[in-house]
Amino acid sequence: MLSRPLLFAVLLLTPPTVRAEVTLSGFMQQNTAFNTVAANPDGRHYKWQEERAQIKLDATEGDWRLLAKGDLAYDHLGRQDESELREGYIDYTSGNWDLRLGRQIITWGLGDLVFVNDFFPKDHEALFSGRPLEYLKRGVDALKLGAYPEFASFELVLTPNFRDSRIPDANRFRLYDPMSTVVNRETVKPEQGDVALRAYRDIAGFDAALYLYRGFQRTPSMRPDNMTAPTRITYFYPKLAIYGASLSGRAGDGVLSLEAAYYDSPDDRAGNDFTVPNSQTRLLVGYQIQPLEDVSLGFQYYAEAMHNYGAYLAALPAGFPPDKRWSHTVTARLTQFYLHQTLRLSAYASYNASNGDHFMNPELRYSFTDKLWGAVGANLFGGNPWGQFGQLARDDNAYLQVRYEF
Amino acid sequence: MKHGWIWIIAALLPLQAQAFSGGELMKQSQAAFLYPGKDFKARVVMKLINKDGHERVREMTMLRKNSGETGGNQKYFMYFFQPADVKDMTFMIHKYPAKDDDRWMFIPAISMVKRIAAQDKRSSFVGSDFTYEDVSGRDIEDDNHVIEREEKVGNRDCYVIKSTPKGADSDFGYKFTWVDKANFLPLREAQYDKKGVHYKQFTADEITDIKGVPTAIRRTMKNLQTGHRTEAAYLKTDYDLGIEDSLFSERFLRQPPRKWVE
Repeated sequence: MLSRPLLFAVLLLTPPTVRAEVTLSGFMQQNTAFNTVAANPDGRHYKWQEERAQIKLDATEGDWRLLAKGDLAYDHLGRQDESELREGYIDYTSGNWDLRLGRQIITWGLGDLVFVNDFFPKDHEALFSGRPLEYLKRGVDALKLGAYPEFASFELVLTPNFRDSRIPDANRFRLYDPMSTVVNRETVKPEQGDVALRAYRDIAGFDAALYLYRGFQRTPSMRPDNMTAPTRITYFYPKLAIYGASLSGRAGDGVLSLEAAYYDSPDDRAGNDFTVPNSQTRLLVGYQIQPLEDVSLGFQYYAEAMHNYGAYLAALPAGFPPDKRWSHTVTARLTQFYLHQTLRLSAYASYNASNGDHFMNPELRYSFTDKLWGAVGANLFGGNPWGQFGQLARDDNAYLQVRYEF
Repeated sequence: MKHGWIWIIAALLPLQAQAFSGGELMKQSQAAFLYPGKDFKARVVMKLINKDGHERVREMTMLRKNSGETGGNQKYFMYFFQPADVKDMTFMIHKYPAKDDDRWMFIPAISMVKRIAAQDKRSSFVGSDFTYEDVSGRDIEDDNHVIEREEKVGNRDCYVIKSTPKGADSDFGYKFTWVDKANFLPLREAQYDKKGVHYKQFTADEITDIKGVPTAIRRTMKNLQTGHRTEAAYLKTDYDLGIEDSLFSERFLRQPPRKWVE
């Protein structure tokens, strides 16, 4: 929404506020991901190939702060020049309240690549294309109000314009499409925004939080104009309300994380509209330990339970693959540091026991100097042909990231 | 008459000190080294230097607040400036003398606060030769402490205390600490492995008075086996700044206040 000229205007106008403390920093980056199994649907051999520069401006004066992070990139796979305001906001901080206005990246909840109470938009394409982790999240143009009375802390996020999650590009990834012959497609975005609230406090040494969300599904559903002879498909974002809670704290030698949320689907409470996701319950149990120096192990169990499963099955048209009532996923992550924490090995694996879907992301990252680092890794997918990861089974890729920071 | 009393007290003082047990001395030393002031702030620049002389720099603001009495609970807040890939990262420790710390980390890249497992206080602090314990203290009760001898470090008179871990699971065999008789600061520490090989050496390289508190503003930890060492400079050290308790919270982990971290 905020364009490159505006970002530069912000950068140019800031120095005159002489008394402010201003820091400028940024990076230059090369990022390439190439296919290891098969070419893209568009015939190319790369999932990602770009040079990118980021400038970050951080200015503080008294209770005010301005932060702007802007990217310029050149994409070699057809998108050409890309520019993006990653974040750009103003903070005002008072004694027991504060506000943040502008484009901001917000992460709530406790999951590691599993999202129960993180309602904010993601970039799934970035995750699957071997981009640095920070590109997993997309900013929202929002007003965030924080209130911190003695008994608890509260954050309210008001987003006037809904922003969706980015799904992988169909030119680069094989996405399961039950109606692939229909070429006439349109996307309808919600005209309203959304609201998210988080309240948190310490309870007996545990971090406890409650979450509320009222808005829309971040990824679209598809609706054909006619079931028997479809000529047009409309992508739309069904309404969504979420009621969640989380708890995390020390247990034994590690850290235990618990999350639960009820996903209410107001457009299909009865569950008999197959184009709209049914209401759901999501549960997450996570445990992280540090068995040895510079070694960390994390395990998660994540479950999704579909409500009104009978109505869903009854409404599902013939030929559409049914989802299971329960979806059980386990994940594991190993992180190990070497050479005074300048070399990091990490490996993430996820396996869905209900449909066989799996995803692996091993990565090796080395800091050549304090300013230059590089990473090599791979994204390996498999499982059910219409599952989240199974549909990408032939999209396995290996990636390289090199970044110089200044 | 007055003078007479002072002379008598002065004459008794060395005897009093002699009467300290090793454990009491280590407590005094910890109080002088890790607890002075109600709160503390320093800009810590750590140079990680390998045996070939190659340097890496870790730079952070470190804030500490004592919850109650000396030897009791403490809270630490750290904000990282360098290296560039961890800039703006913050880190919080709630430290309890007799049980494991609580630790939280804010990862700016994904704007996420994570609680992290921390049962291993002997692990490296930000990749340096210092461990978490070296930075924020080791539980006195974990070791048996015996005064071995008295010795000078430079021109300072010191007690040399031998500390041997009570538990068998410790990663070191024993250590010697040279504690300054006058101000109780540890001036040198030598760690030995279970075979009795001296493998790590700490030195307080420069001591200065800040608000009347003798403070080690330059420290080195050297790994004698690898030749790797870390030199830590505690710049702009200050005490009793009136750091609010509320700083040590998720709110400020996500938005570290400039007035404290700069």
